[in-house]
Amino acid sequence: MKIAGQVFEKFRADINTDEIIPAVYLDTTSYEELAKHAMEGIDREFANSVSQGDIIVADKNFGCGSSREHAPIAIKACGVSCIIAKSFARIFYRNCLNIGLPIFECGEVDKIKKGDVLEIDFQTGLIKNLSTNETYSTTPFPEFMQKLIEVGGLMEYVRQKNRL
Amino acid sequence: MGKTITEKILATHLERDVSSGELIEVKVDVALGNDITAPLAIVEFEKLGVKSLFNPDRVVLVLDHFAPNKDIRSAEQCKFVRAFAKKYGVKNFFDVGQMGIEHALLPEQGLVLPGDIIIGADSHTCTYGALGAFSTGVGSTDLAAVWATGEIWLKVPQTIKFVYYGKLNPWVGGKDLILHTIGDIGVDGANYMAMEFTGEVIPKLTMADRLTMSNMAIEAGGKAGIIAPDEITLEYIKPRAKREWKVYASDSDAEYVEVREYDCSQIEPQVAFPHLPSNVKPISKVGQVEIDQAVIGSCTNGRIEDLRLAARVLKGKKVHKDIRLIIIPGTQQIYLQAVKEGLVEIFIEAGGAVSTPTCGPCLGGYMGILAQGERCIATTNRNFVGRMGHKESKVYLANPAITAASAIAGRIVPVEDIL
Repeated sequence: MKIAGQVFEKFRADINTDEIIPAVYLDTTSYEELAKHAMEGIDREFANSVSQGDIIVADKNFGCGSSREHAPIAIKACGVSCIIAKSFARIFYRNCLNIGLPIFECGEVDKIKKGDVLEIDFQTGLIKNLSTNETYSTTPFPEFMQKLIEVGGLMEYVRQKNRL
Repeated sequence: MGKTITEKILATHLERDVSSGELIEVKVDVALGNDITAPLAIVEFEKLGVKSLFNPDRVVLVLDHFAPNKDIRSAEQCKFVRAFAKKYGVKNFFDVGQMGIEHALLPEQGLVLPGDIIIGADSHTCTYGALGAFSTGVGSTDLAAVWATGEIWLKVPQTIKFVYYGKLNPWVGGKDLILHTIGDIGVDGANYMAMEFTGEVIPKLTMADRLTMSNMAIEAGGKAGIIAPDEITLEYIKPRAKREWKVYASDSDAEYVEVREYDCSQIEPQVAFPHLPSNVKPISKVGQVEIDQAVIGSCTNGRIEDLRLAARVLKGKKVHKDIRLIIIPGTQQIYLQAVKEGLVEIFIEAGGAVSTPTCGPCLGGYMGILAQGERCIATTNRNFVGRMGHKESKVYLANPAITAASAIAGRIVPVEDIL
């Protein structure tokens, strides 16, 4: 599978989950509502201006802080197709895999600019920057995580494994 | 090659040897959720169509974040969790009147024990590492999967060993040691890794100080913050435990990814400046920082020992006229103990406001939200942008004694300044 999209925003290091979705919005389980407030702690206009299929890029330790799954849900529900970062905080990383939001760890994010168009090959893990013709590699997922990604998240994995 | 305490706990639960880096699916002893993370888990769990929880006696639900209900929407979320607990027979369901801040409550109630694997849909679940358990925070979908299967997928973490030696300075406790450590390694210094706290200072720390250290492992990105049990741990556990537990310790030849040593005689009380817990300064280098509010409480520092420290500083003194001091005991038992010991009287006479247990202001929920431009010193765990209210407010993290002293002075000061 391949996806292509434009880099909507490039974020600094250590973006925390309070910035992704402030705690005042943790009183809902509605994806639509969470989508309206994605990244509100850092950019009030983000949710209004991001388009379906856009990609977000970040420096190291994206998603640090609380375990709130509302954070990756808000990002996914507002239309972001994938996150590329130098590294992810651990709980955010597993939350993304669990809910089926594609993420890639890439050491070369410094070369990616806001507005670049990227094509990502999920099989090879290669990112092609169609704006600059560069290609970047990403950290490959271990086999178990590959399986989670292939089936679309943890609940589907549990369903299949336990024949539910 | 020997094994770390973390590898040993995971290996026992898996019934085979494990090494760091391996991905495993392993049995869980306790699964925790709260009023903001459980609702998402309930939605996922019910979609699965499973009839029962893996073991209702090992599921713990605590309404603590926005409870007592802060508004109608929080009330609806609490109602949703309450109905779920009833439907699936969750006995360890803690509602207003019994509840406390989850990470103060579970150890106090003897629900988490040495050698356990504990999974909680709350990032500060790493707190129970102080009891010699493997305990880590996850998201809501993970919690739903544990409810259904009793298992969690995990990568066996590498471990960084932290060695604390030397004599502790006055007014320095667990909070200062962990803030100093986070300042040293950074907010992702232990990402994906277990932190193991060792050295001659650790056995001299109270359980409260140890729980504070493990609690903040996540602020360095840590998956766990573990301390091998000793006599003090067992003294704490024995009267509380209602089931068997097992004590583990790392082998002397266990493999660590790194060993870091700290001479505690060089560590002063620490203050983390906005907007990261790693942005620490020793109290002597703080300079002139005026404040509007002081908060003593949270899963980090809301235990009776923390309140005693604050009371020692506040006794016979008055909170500065321009400062709001808010004190939040971690649990009902802690609150009652504080009443019996006369601590609450000291707080109220000093001009502090004492609240029923809640996470409240720590995550900007309620009970002390900051306005634009306001500054707060707090014994809590995070000082991110907007964490306690307005985006242009600021939170400074410190220990309970420094926080109490600062409430008296109206600015951040060493305790000696107000004595």
